[in-house]
Amino acid sequence: MSNQKLYQYLLLLGDNSLILGHRLSELCGHGPSLETDIALTNMSLDLYGQVRSYFQYAAKIKGDNSTEDSVAFLRTEREYHNSILVEQENKDFAHVIVRQFFFDVYHNLLLDKLKSSKDEIIAAIAHKSIKESDYHLRFSSQWVRRLGGGTVISHEKTQAAVTHLYPFIHELVSPIPIEKEMQELGIGINPDDLRDEYFNQVQEVLNEVNLEYAELKERFARGKTGIHTEQLGYILGELQYMQRAYPNMQW
Amino acid sequence: MVKTLFYIEDPVINQTLYEVSDPEIPVLSIMDMGIVRDVKVDGKKIDIKITPTYSGCPAMDTIAVDIKKALEEKGFSVDVELVLAPAWTTDWITPSGRKKLEDYGIATPLEKSMDKRALFDGERIVKCPQCQSHNTIMVSQFGSTACKALFKCEDCLEPFDYFKCLK
Repeated sequence: MSNQKLYQYLLLLGDNSLILGHRLSELCGHGPSLETDIALTNMSLDLYGQVRSYFQYAAKIKGDNSTEDSVAFLRTEREYHNSILVEQENKDFAHVIVRQFFFDVYHNLLLDKLKSSKDEIIAAIAHKSIKESDYHLRFSSQWVRRLGGGTVISHEKTQAAVTHLYPFIHELVSPIPIEKEMQELGIGINPDDLRDEYFNQVQEVLNEVNLEYAELKERFARGKTGIHTEQLGYILGELQYMQRAYPNMQW
Repeated sequence: MVKTLFYIEDPVINQTLYEVSDPEIPVLSIMDMGIVRDVKVDGKKIDIKITPTYSGCPAMDTIAVDIKKALEEKGFSVDVELVLAPAWTTDWITPSGRKKLEDYGIATPLEKSMDKRALFDGERIVKCPQCQSHNTIMVSQFGSTACKALFKCEDCLEPFDYFKCLK
C-alpha cells in the first residue's frame, strides 16, 4: 500500500472531526444555556483532540516538513474530505443537536470497528476516541428525545432540522473507493457495513418522539470526494485566516 | 495487565515527577493521575512516555514542558513522548490521588455502571465532597474541563465538580 493512500484515508477520518469541531467551537459563548454551551465546546475540544492525533500521524507519513497545522490549515477546499453533514451551519439549537446526533451514531459505529484496525496508530486513536464519542452520543440522543418530545414549538424546530439534515446522512454510510481499499487491507472500514445498524439506531430515536423522515435515494455523496456545499468555504475562510496571514504562526 | 504504577529507582527522578502537577487540578501530581506510563533512565538521559486523559486535553502540552523543565533543572536530558495506547482510564488514578481529589473538593469517579446511572438516570450515588451527603443532583454532563461533570449537593447546596469515570 502506498503512503499516499494511507494519508488520504487519515484525512477522510480526521476531516469530519475537524469541521464539526469548528462548527461547535462557533457556539462558544452562544449556547442556549451555560451548561449546553460548556457541553458543546467540550465536545468540540474532544473532536479537535482526535483530529490532532490523526493529523500528527498524517504529517509524519507525508514528510517534507508537514505538521499537524499544515495538514489542518493549508489545504484547498477540494482537498477536504469531510461529509456534507458536518459542514452545515448551526442555524438553531435543534439543528446543532440533530446534526450532532446523526454524526455521533455513525462515529461510534465507525470507531468501534476501527478499534481492530491493523494499523496500530489508527486502532489506538479509535480506542481513545470512542470513550469520548460514546459520551457525545448520550448527550445528543438525549437532547433529540427531549426536544422532539418537548413542546409543540421544540418539536416543530427539531422536525425542521431533521427534514433539512436527514438527506445528508446517506453519505456517511456510502463508501468511496479509498474506504473499500482500506478495508481490504484490514486498515479501514467500508461504511456500507455500518449502514443497517446506522439507520436502525437513528430511526429508533426519531420514531420514539414522532420525528418524520423521508426515505430517500442515495445522493449528496460527494463531500468525501472533495465536492462541498457553499458552507465549507466560509468555514475555511475563518479556519485558515491566521495561517494564511501569518504563515507558521504558533501560540 | 496494564501497570498502574511503577517503581522508579532514582529517588530524585521519582520525587521530581511527583512534584509536576496537572495545571487544571494543581493538587494532583501527574504520577497520581496515572498519565506517566513509562520512564527509561540511561545515565543522565531519560525517556518518558505520557498518555492524555482526553484526546483534546489542553494540559498535555503544558505537562510535557513541565516534565522536561523540572528534570532538566536536575541535570537530566529528557525526551517526552505522547502515547495513545493503551487508552487512559480513571482506574489509573492512585488511591492517594483519589484522596487528594476529595480533599480538593472534586468527587472521585465511581464504578463504570454506577457512573452511567448517576449521569443519565438521575440516581443519587455521587457523594458530595463537602458534606458527604448522597443527596446530590447532576447539573451538567460536561463541566469546567473535559474530565469533569458538574453536580450540586441538595443538602449543603454547594455545587461541586465530579471527575467523570472513563473506562
